Amino acid sequence: MKCDLCDKEAVVHLTQVVNGEMKEVHLCEEHAKEQGIDIHSPISITDILMGLGEAKQGIEHQLSPSCPRCGMAREEFRRSGRLGCPDCYNTFMAELAVAIKAMHHSSQHVGKIPAREGLQTRIKSQIARFQKELDAAIAREDYEKAAEIRDRISEVRTQAEEQEGGDA
Amino acid sequence: MTLDGLLERHGGWLESGPEEGPVISSRVRLARNLSDTTFPGWASKEVRDRVWNEVVQAFDSMETDTEFLRWRMDELKTLERELLFERHLISAELAERKSGSGLFVSEDECRAVMVNEEDHIRLQSLQPGLNLQKALDGAEALDDDLEKTLTYAFSSKLGYLTACPSNVGTGMRASVMLHLPGLCLTEEIKPVINAVSKIGLAVRGMWGEGSEAAGHMFQISNQITLGKTEVEIISHLDQIVLEVIEHEKNARLRLMESQQIRVHDHIGRAYGILAHAAMMNSNEALDLLSGLRLGIDLGLMPEIARRDIDQLLIRIQPAHLQKAAGSMLSPEERDIKRAQLIRLFLDGSPDNGNGH
Ligand SMILES: [Zn+2]
Ligand SMILES: [Zn+2]
Repeated sequence: MKCDLCDKEAVVHLTQVVNGEMKEVHLCEEHAKEQGIDIHSPISITDILMGLGEAKQGIEHQLSPSCPRCGMAREEFRRSGRLGCPDCYNTFMAELAVAIKAMHHSSQHVGKIPAREGLQTRIKSQIARFQKELDAAIAREDYEKAAEIRDRISEVRTQAEEQEGGDA
Repeated sequence: MTLDGLLERHGGWLESGPEEGPVISSRVRLARNLSDTTFPGWASKEVRDRVWNEVVQAFDSMETDTEFLRWRMDELKTLERELLFERHLISAELAERKSGSGLFVSEDECRAVMVNEEDHIRLQSLQPGLNLQKALDGAEALDDDLEKTLTYAFSSKLGYLTACPSNVGTGMRASVMLHLPGLCLTEEIKPVINAVSKIGLAVRGMWGEGSEAAGHMFQISNQITLGKTEVEIISHLDQIVLEVIEHEKNARLRLMESQQIRVHDHIGRAYGILAHAAMMNSNEALDLLSGLRLGIDLGLMPEIARRDIDQLLIRIQPAHLQKAAGSMLSPEERDIKRAQLIRLFLDGSPDNGNGH
């Protein structure tokens, strides 16, 4: 089983009933550590899913207590489940990454991009969308289509690198 | 433009549209926030006012033929805010908010923008019948126009950043309002709702939380907003709604085949009470009008137009009744006005409380 946050093998598997729904979280050793989980001691998923409980002591002082931009405290975020400003996403990413994955079964945006966003963002998103199509093609064993998409991904990557070289 | 003008007209989203029997309307809502700016729920009054001004500027510099009416919530009386809520133009949450919160709405009421609700911008686009693609097109066009002036909070990984992580990504909620009397009368609605909920869509009663099945109206919407494109989300919703419509149509057919007399009785009684009652509360009116609406769909009431019933569903609500009366009314007075309004519509005699 893969880690929910990266492609590495998951070593920590957590299951708990939250609001009547069974939630599962799988993390690799690195990401488990990043979440402040000691893989040798049991922990409840509610400690990780936001707003549902106190985190273990010890993680608390590793993570910044509040958002440097808007001042929202970690406690306040956990209590309300709402963020104070766009920067809170970075500040509280440890809790958010798991919660977002549990809510949306995904952690990569593939939808609309504001016209004002830079070319690099557009390319990243395009690659993410192709990657999704590629996974789907492989899942239904349509290898011809998969090869086609793979070619398009490397094309876009090359373009992106050229662009980056041009910018420098 | 005053709110009185709004009362006289009916929204463009109550015109005719595809699948308009079982489907009332389709809606797409986009959540957007300004970059580098505290979200409304956590922002100071100054920040909220600045956001309002920035959105005003964005509208003022927009090159569009559509005229947008605008109101700040703190300029409106409680009753006027309730009126906008009853017309599905603002949320209950926005109605509660004051400083810097407000609404922009196109004259046909098909497009509206709430400012400083949970997010800086909540943009909605409504279409009659089942037409999610057109609703999405309308929302995105307005979104593009606003974005010419405003810079949104966006991350290449998480998409549009929202105050609640449940909206992050596309920031989009697409929903369809359905009238499902067939499934309700055959008592097949529960398994359908359960099945729809299991595949990641949300179902709720159209008239708020506590009134689950009032008027046999339901709203189905997407829950996942991240990891799928807008088009993927609406086509999934579209496909499921079409299946629900198919079940509804089958339920109606079966009712007409096996229980025709009961169906006629149900609809006839609804008409009888609506045409003659002198007092009527909201829930009773919703349920009886639902019966009438079913009668229209089944071709039993050729003299009544479906969209007039839909219009009536809006106008029998408390704030609408009080706005029309020009004064606050007690619940009992509202029940009297409501019955009167419906009688007036059905037979043109407002003061005839005891039949013809
Ligand atoms: Zn990992
Ligand atoms: Zn913040």
